[in-house]
Amino acid sequence: MTPARWPRGDALSERLLVVDPRSQRLRDSLIRDLPQFLRRGDLLVVNDAATLAASLLGRGPGGAPIEARLLGTSPRGGFRAVLFGGGDWRTPTENRVPPIPLALGSRLHFAELSAVVEWISPSSTRLVELHFDREGAELWSALYRVGRPVQYSYTAAPLELWHVQVGYASRPWAAEMPSAGRPLRWELLSSLVRAGVCLAAVTHAAGLSSTGDAALDRALPLAEHFEIPSATVSAVSATRARGGRIVAVGTTVVRALEGAAAQHAGSLVAGAGETDLVLGPDHHPQIADGLLTGVHPPTASHYALLRAFAPADLLARASSYSDRAGYLCHEFGDSWLLLES
Amino acid sequence: MDVKGKGALVTGASKGLGAALAEELARAGARVAMVARGSEQLLQAAARIRAAGGEAHAIQGDVADKRQAHAIAGASAAVVGPIELLVHNASTLGPTPLRLLLDTDCEDLDRVLEVNLVGPFRLTRIIAGAMALRGSGLVVHVSSDAAVAAYPGWGSYGASKAAQDHLGRIFSVELQPFGVRFLTVDPGEMDTAMHAAAMPESDRSALARPEDVARRIAEMIARAEQFESGARLVAAPSLEAR
Repeated sequence: MTPARWPRGDALSERLLVVDPRSQRLRDSLIRDLPQFLRRGDLLVVNDAATLAASLLGRGPGGAPIEARLLGTSPRGGFRAVLFGGGDWRTPTENRVPPIPLALGSRLHFAELSAVVEWISPSSTRLVELHFDREGAELWSALYRVGRPVQYSYTAAPLELWHVQVGYASRPWAAEMPSAGRPLRWELLSSLVRAGVCLAAVTHAAGLSSTGDAALDRALPLAEHFEIPSATVSAVSATRARGGRIVAVGTTVVRALEGAAAQHAGSLVAGAGETDLVLGPDHHPQIADGLLTGVHPPTASHYALLRAFAPADLLARASSYSDRAGYLCHEFGDSWLLLES
Repeated sequence: MDVKGKGALVTGASKGLGAALAEELARAGARVAMVARGSEQLLQAAARIRAAGGEAHAIQGDVADKRQAHAIAGASAAVVGPIELLVHNASTLGPTPLRLLLDTDCEDLDRVLEVNLVGPFRLTRIIAGAMALRGSGLVVHVSSDAAVAAYPGWGSYGASKAAQDHLGRIFSVELQPFGVRFLTVDPGEMDTAMHAAAMPESDRSALARPEDVARRIAEMIARAEQFESGARLVAAPSLEAR
């Protein structure tokens, strides 16, 4: 599958493959036609996390080059991060050199910022927790001066923060853009609302999609922080009550909704939490009826989650059709809607 | 709008009306991100509010710079939570003494429009989508009577403020279905550094104090639902209040 290398000018003209698990049919469409596939009373749930300037280039002990990709704040007050050695996004993550060995207390320097390694994961020495030398507004302002968006080697040029924000971004919790919502322009959201489709938000700290470290990649997605507002809980129950369908925009929304429900015996409760739920073919979603997602190459973890919404043979057909029909993949690519008609 | 516990962002917050308004909002329980270009005065203004028991954070940045606007919005939401009140108070007169339009350099007009029009547009564009998704939020544009009346010498500033007023009106109709409200407030003539730069000869005792105007604007924010979204209000305090 060919990656989209850069944001395209007209998001509404991007392609949308509608995958219907009931009829087993595929329908080739465009993002601007999304309202045709939703009904009055349906609910679209998006992830309103803004994308962090999560990639920090700097130096470790002895001046060794290092890149930290921040995963967001940890309960202990630091930032969890995945570390790389020299190089940057232009090198595919799996070809990146590992960082020099670090110990607890090692000091890293990122331009004007400095940080101490306060925790090292038992599963990979590249997953750490960093404690910066500043806090609050001073730290966040510095992170935005020093950091750049995380990006991958298939992108065409350095990305700016505005390339990786959804149109309703709020708190900067996401290491990577919750990209399923990227094509949802306000023109489209406005027409959905006029057509009687409701909108609701969760905030979910979307993590990294690849670390280049086999041990760590196998452990993805790591536990992620989420918050479900009470308005979203009400919107979900109202949608259920009127027989509407709940469509998650992106796998991070599925994780937040299903992760939260799994912690409360299947019912959605407002509040914050952390989930390590990994969805798969055996998981029957408790909340989401359908999923709008970006097109991604058929890697194990992403497709395992999609199998909660559609059978493997239908997904395989959707994947080979997308490939043949020239759908573009990854965060700036085209989309699939998995939803029973 | 009851600002208690809510995230608020005020630009141009290091001095004058912006600092006074940040203080009023913090007093009412808002969690305030205070934005300005300069560092020292901004840190002092935020520290004064915290010393009085309010929540205020100093976010240094230039609203006229695209990259910094994204940093301002992100850092603010990181420290005060989702922004539910956005106050566009930062503005520039352009070069002073004020110049007739025929003497105004195009580059100077560009800069005034960047700060007074494009800056607020950009910040609203970054922040108001999240408000719309959650179905509520308030954006306040601080304007001027120079947006309405044609005073010689006030061309760049007046045109920028008139355009900003209209930006607020159009945003208000576009976001009306999503519950995001817009207000434009004319604070009247105040005893500020900006006023002194524009009209150094004026009698300061005849000017309103920014603290009094800030109190009026905070009251308008508290009653925002009573005004039509997109409305233009005048906040000059009555003579007795001076």
